[in-house]
Amino acid sequence: MKERILTCIICPRGCTLRVTLDEAGVPTSVEGNACPRGKTYAETECTAPMRTVTSTVRCTDGSVIPVKTDRAIPKRLVFDCMKEINLLRVSPECAVGDILIEHILGTDASLVVTGKKP
Amino acid sequence: MLDYIVIGAGVVGGLVARELTRYTDKVCIVEKEADVAMGATSANSAIVHAGFDAKEGSLKARLNVRGSEMMEELATELGVKYKRNGSLVVGFSDEDKKTLEDLLERGNKNGVKGLKLLDGGEVRALEPNIGEGVSCALYAPTGAIVCPYELCIAAVGSAMDNGARLEHGFEVKKIEKIDTGYRVFAKDGRMLEAAYVINCAGAYSDEVAEMAGKGGFSVHPRRGEYMLLDRECGSLVRSTVFRCPSKMGKGVLVTPTVDGNLLLGPTAEDISDKDDTSTTVEGLARVRALASEQVSGIGFGKVITSFTGLRSVGSTGDFIISCEDGFVSCAGIESPGLSASPAIAKYVVELLVASGARLDEREDFIPTRRAMHFFSELSVEEKNALIKEQPEYAHMICRCEGISEGEILNAIRTEPRPRTLDGVKRRTRASMGRCQGGFCTPYIVELLAAELGVDYTEVTKSGGGSYINVGRTKEA
Amino acid sequence: MAYLSDEKISFGIVIVGGGPAGMAAAVAAYDAGERDILILERDNALGGILRQCIHNGFGLHRFGEELTGPEYAYKYERMVEERGIAYMLDTMVIGIDKERNLTAVNRDRGIFTIKCGAIILAMGCRERPRGALNIAGTRPAGIYTAGTAQKYVNMKGYMPGREVVILGSGDIGLIMARRMTLEGASVKAVCELMPYSGGLARNIEQCLNDFDIPLYLSTTVVEIHGKERVEAVTVAEVDERRRPKLETARTIPCDTLLLSCGLIPENELTKDAGIPLDAITNGAVVNGDRETDVEGIFACGNVLHVHDLVDYVSEEAVIAGTSAVRYIRGESGRDADIALKTDGRVRYTVPQRITSLKDTVVYFRVADVYKDAYLVVKRGEEVLYKRKKQKLAPGEMETVKLTEEMLKGDGGELRLSIEMA
Repeated sequence: MKERILTCIICPRGCTLRVTLDEAGVPTSVEGNACPRGKTYAETECTAPMRTVTSTVRCTDGSVIPVKTDRAIPKRLVFDCMKEINLLRVSPECAVGDILIEHILGTDASLVVTGKKP
Repeated sequence: MLDYIVIGAGVVGGLVARELTRYTDKVCIVEKEADVAMGATSANSAIVHAGFDAKEGSLKARLNVRGSEMMEELATELGVKYKRNGSLVVGFSDEDKKTLEDLLERGNKNGVKGLKLLDGGEVRALEPNIGEGVSCALYAPTGAIVCPYELCIAAVGSAMDNGARLEHGFEVKKIEKIDTGYRVFAKDGRMLEAAYVINCAGAYSDEVAEMAGKGGFSVHPRRGEYMLLDRECGSLVRSTVFRCPSKMGKGVLVTPTVDGNLLLGPTAEDISDKDDTSTTVEGLARVRALASEQVSGIGFGKVITSFTGLRSVGSTGDFIISCEDGFVSCAGIESPGLSASPAIAKYVVELLVASGARLDEREDFIPTRRAMHFFSELSVEEKNALIKEQPEYAHMICRCEGISEGEILNAIRTEPRPRTLDGVKRRTRASMGRCQGGFCTPYIVELLAAELGVDYTEVTKSGGGSYINVGRTKEA
Repeated sequence: MAYLSDEKISFGIVIVGGGPAGMAAAVAAYDAGERDILILERDNALGGILRQCIHNGFGLHRFGEELTGPEYAYKYERMVEERGIAYMLDTMVIGIDKERNLTAVNRDRGIFTIKCGAIILAMGCRERPRGALNIAGTRPAGIYTAGTAQKYVNMKGYMPGREVVILGSGDIGLIMARRMTLEGASVKAVCELMPYSGGLARNIEQCLNDFDIPLYLSTTVVEIHGKERVEAVTVAEVDERRRPKLETARTIPCDTLLLSCGLIPENELTKDAGIPLDAITNGAVVNGDRETDVEGIFACGNVLHVHDLVDYVSEEAVIAGTSAVRYIRGESGRDADIALKTDGRVRYTVPQRITSLKDTVVYFRVADVYKDAYLVVKRGEEVLYKRKKQKLAPGEMETVKLTEEMLKGDGGELRLSIEMA
């Protein structure tokens, strides 16, 4: 039996989570979560942590526009995801919600435009 | 071939160059930095001393009193803000009172007008926020305030309006005597020839004089640390408040600036590094302690910046101004250098005439110049008329100081043209307010890059390697 | 956007600032039935500082989904557009008076004056700069507030530096630690003067811990080195009175120092209008309607007091927007005058006064970290409310609802305090 203390990142409340893990490292119980999403977070975080990536993409006119992965991707892929993002060159006419890359790095997540060109 | 090379574009070099353009347009100012007004001129007390401080008969005393008398008219001509706010030297004891009496006597001998000794009550009537322990003061109604870099920029600009040239990044490394005058070489290989050379190189004036074989004196830097407070605090005192010199030291000054801020300082520390303008924890604590004794209710929570200035102290104790074989040195121009600077410029011309230089007044000399802050002084109707022609005057860039794109562009396009963020700041006050450029610098960088025709990443804070950004994102 | 003729020089409600507070106030005022609304925005687009906050974490309260800053702003911008609410961009308000005449300037109209039925101040806040922190040393390039760096990176696409030390653990600093790291910079350390972080726990986790960036508490930057560009900073631990312990000083090589040392409501206009400010919040003193001491002038969002979350900014803006509508209709209904006082452990409340006898949510912040303490509301010695709080921290805004029942009764003063168990 092992224990891990985590800070939940799902909402600004930032609950301190106490996770009990079995010998195989699989979570068996979670305490300290104020809502069910905290439990899910703790379980994922201990087995396959996920993160949403937010960044900017360079437009062909030199400006940058904000983007995000529309869902979390495996945390270990965050820097690879940045490499993909950095290689992109898109039209400055992109609209909010436009999908720039589907299934980025083979995940379920798409890279989408979140704002207009400044 | 030039008539004159002026080495150093500080307030002394600027005013000397401008004075020379009354007679000739063959004047070149050389400056080692990326902008004018980068040395002692960029950071000092910004006051025009009445002239009671310097020993009677000294150059300091003569040129201070004369310079102080000239300053108002000069400032008006050049469109530079000037305010005769009077000064007070405050004392805390009977011993101080005696010192003040001596100062009064010296001031009278120096020809300072209107000096008066005040008792504690009279001081408080004049300055309600004066420190509790203050029991007497020497009042000098002719004490005034002026912004040193504003004066310098305007002086260089006026010289350039009258035909002078400015060479940036020209660090003098060698001076050669030739039959017709001098050859001045820069580190980067540039070379200029002129009949006369005027050395106004501030902290480096001893080294420059040495290069011409006209040394024999030395200049060492004296560091002074300052704090500048928000404009909200600028009306705490009306006059410039000095402390009576005593065994305890000189104290600091507490003064409003022409832009309405409150300035405290300087400390005085002799050092050897001619470029060390760092501030120290101890120095700022000292400014704070001393200023609090002189004036009550200083809001130290409203400090917007602190900085260090270097004064060039000459080895003789007086200003060192000499003319030999057509080589003039203005060295050791420490306090009251700013006050004396208009008179120094005249004195240099007198020395040149005495040495046989031919100086005939030009008929086409333009003494006046449009104020850099002209826009703020227009009426609403005038502003709107200008905005109609140049809408960028309606686009606010610096919200703290209320500076528009039009004013910034005007500054960037007016000689001596700034190439750095600090240069724009000193000319327009943009980014000099309470947020210290947090909001506006990204825009000013953009304007500078566009006007200079360089990439955004090439814009610097103050020249050299002081880049604001180190590259683009997505390219590492 | 509605067409605005140059001749129109009076509006029912004029809102200064088109960020999350201003837009939410405008939408709320419209939805309360007012149509004659104008938003004045100094930048070239609506959205305010959210436009550069490209990270996610916004909108959970307000929209029930997690949004990035630009998305949150875009939602409000759509609401403003759908309602046809008028706005002017690149327009700087330069003066307001107590009679609600507002002077502004823009390229099209030059300097112009508008007569306003009500004014809502929503100018937001700015960051505390280096000068205010009095850090010793040189003055090279490479020292920026975190928000300025955020603007360079996210809006302009430039890197302000490659080797970064961050002073202050406010949320913008933490967010920028992650952002700079993702863009290839190396963040060497985050130093926090206080013994606790100023930012949200989740940002420590996902912005620092995720990238092994060390957070040094009770540590500050004592000196900046470098002539042209920052070359290093000296950091030192501080004692319990926050004085540096110089024996702990060490130098960290870096080319950039980012400052995330607090936000200051931007109240120059408010001050110039002669509106009294609260010395603690640096925002106007307001009543439950978010009306300042000058009739018909309201304030909301970070110009009133610095919020933790944009969701709360919008929430407060709804109060200001709907109250402004009631004001111009003469329906403000003042039937009380109760001052809210604090005990030092509670640093401030917003509102500071209550002028209507109705349920009122009071926002407050505490001065230090308190564990298992009681929040108590008293009238004189009479305890009206007492509740145990597991943890109270300066970084987290708290609320307490004062019911109509509690507000009724004699005495014009209620006191909020923290009592230790």
